[in-house]
Amino acid sequence: MRELLDDLERWKEAGHEIALARVVDVEGSGPRAPGATMAVNGAGEVLGSVSGGCVEGAVITEALEILRTGERRMVSFGYSDDEAIEVGLTCGGTVHLFLEPLDW
Amino acid sequence: MAGQLFNRLATELRASRPVAIATEVDGPHPGAKILVGTSATPAEPTVQGSLGNPDLDRVVARDSIGCLELGQNEIRHYGSRGEVNQQDLTVFIEVFAPPPRMLIFGAVDFTAALARIGSIMGYSITVCDAREAFATRERFPMADQVIVDWPHRLLEQIEQDPQTKSLGNRDAICILTHDPKFDVPAAIAAFSTEVGYIGAMGSRSTQQKRQRKLIEAGATHEDLGRLHAPIGLDLGARTPEEVAVSIWAEIIATHTGRNAPNLRDASGPLH
Repeated sequence: MRELLDDLERWKEAGHEIALARVVDVEGSGPRAPGATMAVNGAGEVLGSVSGGCVEGAVITEALEILRTGERRMVSFGYSDDEAIEVGLTCGGTVHLFLEPLDW
Repeated sequence: MAGQLFNRLATELRASRPVAIATEVDGPHPGAKILVGTSATPAEPTVQGSLGNPDLDRVVARDSIGCLELGQNEIRHYGSRGEVNQQDLTVFIEVFAPPPRMLIFGAVDFTAALARIGSIMGYSITVCDAREAFATRERFPMADQVIVDWPHRLLEQIEQDPQTKSLGNRDAICILTHDPKFDVPAAIAAFSTEVGYIGAMGSRSTQQKRQRKLIEAGATHEDLGRLHAPIGLDLGARTPEEVAVSIWAEIIATHTGRNAPNLRDASGPLH
């Protein structure tokens, strides 16, 4: 999150609603370690990443949903999931993300 | 309330103070979090926010300090009052340790390239040279600090000053002066620290001569084993930028304990 700090503050000052998605756990091979962070604002703009580009598209959809509902939850992407055929890590691992609004 | 924890996090990060955020990611209050900072008494960290129970806050704060010391993010399970062998809730502890440090001794062309890549690598870079004409801010705008002094004196100061943290496993020292007058006392001083990587530039013949002088100056067999000299991986690097990549690649491999062959020639997991 450190590398996103300046941009996040800029977004906050501009009055954007912001959702954070952070990698909290990785099973097997995953491109980004726990702590990797992606931020999405209400206008659909994106900062950072949580994988090598494999799941970011799906994370934007989930993040916009979080902004709408104010929910906080875990989302997992991986080879073992049913949705792996559509969205997953090509490296075969599973990544667990925590999504929340940046309202703290 | 809104924005308070984030603002405090931003303040701590800008001041390069160690800080951790522990967030409940699964359990009764997902998103609940505490921000944990170190204080003058390490046993009593400063805690802002709450995970919903004071005992839980205390246990998670203590574990966050442990994670900060290791420089490692972790996921942990607890009971609702912080019991360690229960799984009522899952907490993600994210640490923001101050950046690792690289000290570069010798203000030469290779120094600028090494410092430039070092900033990209997230290191705090100090350039130190006793020669005032070389160690200038103008020549090394990318460094966090440029110091005119003898390298061994700078090291003594870092290790002895209670205000600065002693060098540790994540930190690195690169000796680029290739002048035994500076190199030898710098390397001897580096051996007395716990720094994770020590490299020294110079050809194989320079290194042979330097090694003799280091032994005369009291370096042990174990000390010499810590010295990466000639510095860097065997990439065939020539330009300052190429050499800088080979040095950084060696530092990464030293930290991960790898031998640095080509990935395609090896088997097993990538990380």
